[in-house]
Amino acid sequence: MSVIENVTCPVCGTLCDDLAVTVEDGFITDVKNACAIGEAKFMNFSNPNHRNLKPLIRKEGELVETSLEEAVRKSAEILVASSYPILYGWSCTGCESIRVGIELAEEVGGVIDNTSTVCHGPSILAIQDVGIPTCTLGQIRHRADLIVYWASDPYSAHPRHLERYTSFSGGRFQKSEWEHYVARLRGILGRKRISRTSERMLTKDVSMPAISGEKLPPYFETKKRKLIVVDVRKTRSAEHADFFMQVEPNKDFELLQAMRLLVKDGELEVEEVAGIPVDLMEDVVDTMIGCDFGVIFFGVGLTMSAGKHQNINSAIALTQDLNFRTKFSIMPMRGHFNVAGANIVSTWQTGYPFAVDFSQGFPRYNPGETSVVDILRRDQADAGLIIASDPVSNFPKKAAENLVKNPLIAIDPVISPTTLMADVVFPASFVGIETEGTAYRMDRVPLPMKKLVEPPQNCQSDKVILTRILEQVRLIKKENELG
Amino acid sequence: MEKVKVKLLTGRTIDQGTSKEHGKLSSEYQESVAICEIDPSDLKELALKQNSNIKISTKCGSVVVKAIESKRAPHPKVIYMPYGLWANLLIDSQTHGTGMPSFKGIPAYMEPAPDSNVLSLPELLKQVFKKG
Repeated sequence: MSVIENVTCPVCGTLCDDLAVTVEDGFITDVKNACAIGEAKFMNFSNPNHRNLKPLIRKEGELVETSLEEAVRKSAEILVASSYPILYGWSCTGCESIRVGIELAEEVGGVIDNTSTVCHGPSILAIQDVGIPTCTLGQIRHRADLIVYWASDPYSAHPRHLERYTSFSGGRFQKSEWEHYVARLRGILGRKRISRTSERMLTKDVSMPAISGEKLPPYFETKKRKLIVVDVRKTRSAEHADFFMQVEPNKDFELLQAMRLLVKDGELEVEEVAGIPVDLMEDVVDTMIGCDFGVIFFGVGLTMSAGKHQNINSAIALTQDLNFRTKFSIMPMRGHFNVAGANIVSTWQTGYPFAVDFSQGFPRYNPGETSVVDILRRDQADAGLIIASDPVSNFPKKAAENLVKNPLIAIDPVISPTTLMADVVFPASFVGIETEGTAYRMDRVPLPMKKLVEPPQNCQSDKVILTRILEQVRLIKKENELG
Repeated sequence: MEKVKVKLLTGRTIDQGTSKEHGKLSSEYQESVAICEIDPSDLKELALKQNSNIKISTKCGSVVVKAIESKRAPHPKVIYMPYGLWANLLIDSQTHGTGMPSFKGIPAYMEPAPDSNVLSLPELLKQVFKKG
């Protein structure tokens, strides 16, 4: 039995690198420090019921076992025969595989796009428009005294973000708010008991103090490290917050612009914006101006709702405005563990972070035209290679239908709707568990991913599979040239 | 039964995150994803109980899932579905030049569907993609 320390978790963009994994006889038997999702991954990744364990190829409508050589040959034939293939996924694999994938996309004249196209793609568009005042998560842990999660629910998507980098982490200059939160929970439980008793005895409701409402709570001003959540519903993260602002769906842009006006000492001639009373908004803006170092973490609630990149433009502009009054930073809450790496590798290899089109022999970038969902909606692609992603589940219906009707290659450790619909399936190993690699955290800090156990016999790393397909593509192209 | 006009949000939940690690063909995954979280007042209006079948429709299609009373209330006339095949069958692929479809704040209708079943993942794949 051995315990491997400082393991980086291959789940979300928080990329926690303090996990301790116990390995016995080549099997993972325990994991410490992981969140619920991380633990579920480490304890279930080897379950043979949901793993792809052998290369598969579709014959007469059915997926049947095949050799790795035949799967590689068939994939290369599909890619060479197609005139506009899409190569999509990349956010749950290492940077080393992404580099080979870009070479393959260039070789076959296809479009390479990563999952940020349906995640923080609009954030990237906004950053390209107006820049971004940001920092690393370490700076936030040590210094930030005001944390704002806007349209982001870290409790559900990045469960240890609060604990490692914001409110519940102890930094050099900031204390953890954990004790305060536990005390507040005790208070709420006590009040609930009193409320229930009074309801029974006096038929009178003694409600607990709301963390949302038309006024900031009384203790808010004196509290040191404050947490504000802005969202369209009271998420689990909102329950941890010192204050929750419930904005109306699709109205974030209006609220952000109104707050910008208040930061600049302007006056609003309305009673409320996006469901938030102006008086409350003024108090929140005063809190933002009054902090020493604040940070806004924004989620896909901004990128996926009306306004899209304009919402992010506005959030970044609010941060820039706040920097005239105090110190403020902003950061997107990146989802998959290496989606930031997919953008970074794509940028250093092609000049563009996603939606890169090689069909003319050189990289071209025009989201809306060269982004995968748009290509599929217009039904322009004639083949697909999907790696470390499940677009059949995650794309809109029309895009998924047009993806599935073309020849489809899937490289994935697990069985998913995409692998079930594919024509060639490669069983891959898990990066960060069965294969080492490099991934970028949401603040663009690269971290090493460890190999902990050996992969199953027929499972190769993404890099090896892609390299073999690339070699075969070059071989077929050479044969075709020679006639 | 009359349809109720709502706004559909899709997003992550911790149950969706953990259950997908059990496998997307697992019962845990279906139970955590083929659902729709609805405000208690809306459930009352439709005379629906917890785990009743409900049909959600948008201009792109419709799907039957389980109705769950939301613990994130109040959010009347706003419904929430976890990411997954069931929710994405309702999403428009139009991106308005950004590359990003609208996964949140989508106009939708909901209605009770006592006579329809919630399809499993393989059934849904077969019905929608005619493959597999």
